[in-house]
Amino acid sequence: MAQLDTLQKLEILADAAKYDASCASSGTVKRDSAGQNKGIGSTEGMGICHSYAPDGRCISLLKILLTNSCTFDCHYCINRRSSNVRRARFTVEEVVNLTLNFYRRNYIEGLFLSSGIIRDPDYTMEQVVAVARSLRQDHGFRGYIHLKTIPDADPGLIRQAGLHADRISINVELPTASGLSRLAPEKSSTRIEGAMQSMKGDIEDGHDARKRFRSAPDFAPAGQSTQMIVGADSANDGDIITTANRLYGRFNLRRVYYSAFSPIPDASAILPLRRPPLMREHRLYQSDWLMRFYGYSPGDVRDATNDAGMLRLDMDPKLAWALKFRGRFPVDVNRAPRDMLLRVPGLGVKAVDAILSARRWRRLRLADVGRLTVSLAKVRPFLLAEDWRPSALTDRADLEALLTPRAEQLELFAA
Amino acid sequence: MGRAMRRIDLQREDDFEEWRDAARALASADVPAHATIWRAGQETDDLFAEAAAVVSGERAAAFFVPRGFVDLARTVVCHSDPQRFALLYGALLRLRRNPAMLEDRADPAVRRLEDMAKAVRRDMHKMRAFVRFREVETDEGSRFIAWFEPEHHIVRTNAGFFVRRFATMRWSILTPDISIHWDGSMLSEGPGGARADAPDDDPVEEIWRAYYGSIFNPARMKIGAMLKEMPKRYWKNMPETALIPGLVAGAQARERSMVELSRTQVGGNGQVAWDALRAQAMSCTRCPLRHCATQTVFGEGPVDAQVMLVGEQPGDQEDIAGRPFIGPAGQLLDKALAEAGIDRAKIYVTNAVKHFKFEQRGKRRLHAKPNAGEIEACRWWYDRERELVRPAMTIALGATGARAMLGKAVTISASREKPHRLADGGEGRVTVHPSYLLRIDDRGRAEEEYAMFVKDLRGAAQEF
Repeated sequence: MAQLDTLQKLEILADAAKYDASCASSGTVKRDSAGQNKGIGSTEGMGICHSYAPDGRCISLLKILLTNSCTFDCHYCINRRSSNVRRARFTVEEVVNLTLNFYRRNYIEGLFLSSGIIRDPDYTMEQVVAVARSLRQDHGFRGYIHLKTIPDADPGLIRQAGLHADRISINVELPTASGLSRLAPEKSSTRIEGAMQSMKGDIEDGHDARKRFRSAPDFAPAGQSTQMIVGADSANDGDIITTANRLYGRFNLRRVYYSAFSPIPDASAILPLRRPPLMREHRLYQSDWLMRFYGYSPGDVRDATNDAGMLRLDMDPKLAWALKFRGRFPVDVNRAPRDMLLRVPGLGVKAVDAILSARRWRRLRLADVGRLTVSLAKVRPFLLAEDWRPSALTDRADLEALLTPRAEQLELFAA
Repeated sequence: MGRAMRRIDLQREDDFEEWRDAARALASADVPAHATIWRAGQETDDLFAEAAAVVSGERAAAFFVPRGFVDLARTVVCHSDPQRFALLYGALLRLRRNPAMLEDRADPAVRRLEDMAKAVRRDMHKMRAFVRFREVETDEGSRFIAWFEPEHHIVRTNAGFFVRRFATMRWSILTPDISIHWDGSMLSEGPGGARADAPDDDPVEEIWRAYYGSIFNPARMKIGAMLKEMPKRYWKNMPETALIPGLVAGAQARERSMVELSRTQVGGNGQVAWDALRAQAMSCTRCPLRHCATQTVFGEGPVDAQVMLVGEQPGDQEDIAGRPFIGPAGQLLDKALAEAGIDRAKIYVTNAVKHFKFEQRGKRRLHAKPNAGEIEACRWWYDRERELVRPAMTIALGATGARAMLGKAVTISASREKPHRLADGGEGRVTVHPSYLLRIDDRGRAEEEYAMFVKDLRGAAQEF
């Protein structure tokens, strides 16, 4: 019955891990097992999603908790001390075997391990590190490992985690310090940011060492990331964007994940009962993208928010910005610089680069643009082409209505 | 050369070198693209044997094409479209005349080839993602076997990935057209197979399915996003997908029970939660009104109150004292409540906007109406208050209070007479704001309006 036991534990400890948004397996160094006589696994830069759940999320890693017992009492967390959920705890060996068994069958890219805090932060961190060490050293595992670290644990232990893991994450949990002190009384934003700061230093040191000595070990080559919960405290989208931008800049984060607060069984009375619309989370990711790949400043994104500092749910932030600054459009597809083409709603980075390449050879017509983008209808009012002038369209008062998707199409599964 | 059609028989569906040799020979002989017919992967029949011989007999002069075209062609050759060889040959001929052709990415022919390459890359990626091995015991030890049905001719090209990743395992991937086998040091190819050739179960799949069912969050369904990345045609060879219909069907019920369970919990630590909420509201930055107001004026009253009053915003005196409804309007409200037989100590009193908005006129701070953005920004706090107090009856005082309560702008006259069903199940009533009564100059009308106000309060109070 030993296996049945593992099965039950898995159900509890995967269920407890599902509130973590990240499942990415990308951005690490290339490794493989060719020519090796021991060990298994490879990473080739691009992450692979091995399955998708009906919630639309990618399943790339075995995402579990080592245990869901916890001495902390964070109100938004299903595993908090005062919650009535069933508790379970994996042994180090069980997690190692599960990971390898799934990996051999090509179910996963690797492991994403985090844990409730048992006994004390150091003890818990030791257990998490022990899993990663066993996978790497005892089994020659070359797949992806993401470890969630505990900010209160000894920095030496966190450094060890970085030696085995591809990615390290420390969750800021909430976009505001006041939200954190209300909802996670035992956590402190100072300690969390302190841990992120020291992780940033360790990653940079590791990077420098690799440049000088080829034999130096990799240290968290896929960098560090964080997650914040949206809709459980009073922060508006403008606040969240500002916080995210500060985190990207200060700690050199690879990713900030936004997780729409979702109702949890046995919730604390402090929490809102209703979740924010999932569309809100989506809009935050879109604005994150605009800042990272499209050259928008946090101020630009805040310009796209409404009076209450919220991004519009009925249109993406790029379109909202373009409608607000109509004077900057239309943009001439045959002359405009890259940064301005990137501001055209409906043109992605790939389409813009294709336009830049193609227009060196001839003047582009609207049909040419149509071949490079998904929706010409969205692009048209904002673009000048050889045979196209939207002069009347950009000035139309009802342009917004023309471009806004009908409300009922918005989100099929909204609250 | 003559105008005769050339038929080129390629032995393999996915062999770039074979296509390249043939294309080079044809191009050297200036054979136009429309004079070629390409076939691949079929037994060469006698009728066309001669045509094939002619092609191989023409010795090609080497010529150079851009690196980008070689990469593109290598990928496009794996596409399942029978037109691919001819399309590539046509592109090759154009490329000899215009070596920069590929850079014009809006060109229809270039676009078509790029789209084909993209489809092949996607299929390769999906194969890496969706191949599922099953373990079997053999004489030499365990072997991992998968059955997969790709859309394009990608298996041979994709084999390297599995070798690099599973170098120390022994494995086979069976597909309808070809099978590949790895014995730990050598890759070999075999003929295609059928699904029945692969094992039909693996005990670990039960654990994998348990994981799949547990990691999914029923509170956030996005079936479209799932289908976009994991189209149904892959489902039949993935053990976890059998769970999807059940997970989808049960999701709404599961989310409802999650919410209901969390509702029953309220009460025990409601006061603690309210204290924490008020403390957080004290440092609210959701709108600019905080810059001028003295402090946040939060609601007050018992957390288990049956009745909630929601007004517009704190006034001058409330802003200084930090409590709602204590100025002139508050005193008039107290009087009216007493006449209506309502004990203010038992009801929860709050405002739609929790900061004082005013215009400075000399030494006086004159009330200014909050705008829609400010009401919306502050709604977050009002909603949280409602979730904690969960009043059976809510009385909105004035249009702003009514807007917060009903979630839309209404007029007092139209909404005053009837009860309103609120989103959280409670009942709502609308009446005037007491400050309105203070502004009526005509004494007779003021008394009349005051009597109606008391009547509204009493009518609402009788409901519970």
